[in-house]
Amino acid sequence: MTTNNQTSIHAEPGKQEFFIEREFDAPRELVFEAFNDPALLVQWIGPDNLSMEIETFDNRSGGSYRFLHFDANGNQYAFNGVIHEITKPERMIRTFEFEGLPERGHVSLETATFIPLEGGRSKLHIHSVFKSVADRDGMIQSGMEGGMNDGFAKLDKLLQKRTA
Amino acid sequence: MRRDVFQAIADPTRRAILMLIASQALTPNALATHFDSSRQAVSKHIKILTECELVKQEQTGREIYYHLNPKKMKEVADWIEPFRQMWESRFSKLDKLLFSMQSKQKPKK
Repeated sequence: MTTNNQTSIHAEPGKQEFFIEREFDAPRELVFEAFNDPALLVQWIGPDNLSMEIETFDNRSGGSYRFLHFDANGNQYAFNGVIHEITKPERMIRTFEFEGLPERGHVSLETATFIPLEGGRSKLHIHSVFKSVADRDGMIQSGMEGGMNDGFAKLDKLLQKRTA
Repeated sequence: MRRDVFQAIADPTRRAILMLIASQALTPNALATHFDSSRQAVSKHIKILTECELVKQEQTGREIYYHLNPKKMKEVADWIEPFRQMWESRFSKLDKLLFSMQSKQKPKK
């Protein structure tokens, strides 16, 4: 199966937000399901080099989630947030925090909107708002999980050298 | 103050300067006419943009011209690319999943 659907990212310089847009050759009900059914979510959201575990997924308005990623060396990376709103099949609003940062409190607010298109297709729109421009830029520059791993691997090596 | 391209383009006046000199090289005077702020204020922004290598100054005859450094601008456009690719690889997995979900639901016409 091939698709011409392209992911577009808008991140204006100096702003605390970014937007992700992507179309799918499937109705929004299915895309929504793939985001909200844990058995489906694990099949696509994790990076290739990490295994994923859903620790908590109390997926309802007022609920919460905590996802874990493990690399080949057994290092663990955790993400958590609370679910502000789930409105099937059109919208989910939740917070996001990466637990691996040096200090807590760098939380972002994510809104995902599932928009129906003609011909059984749909469009996903994600809006993420951060506490600061630095937080947003950090998230983009890290390439999120993948980049963070590389970063930690380098840091590990550096620390090993220092302590050797 | 941090001197990198992202700091440089975080300011709206500096973004406006880059837009202007992107279409043609401008002298300090010609550039200043586009802004309400003082010439000193504009030249301070130019100084930052020059330090970040986004703007090059070239002397032609008696005049100095400000040029855009397209190579450095490309770095700005490229910085989002790894993040975009991460989402793209995620979404292409999701495409496959959606396809199999659909074929289970009903045979494709």
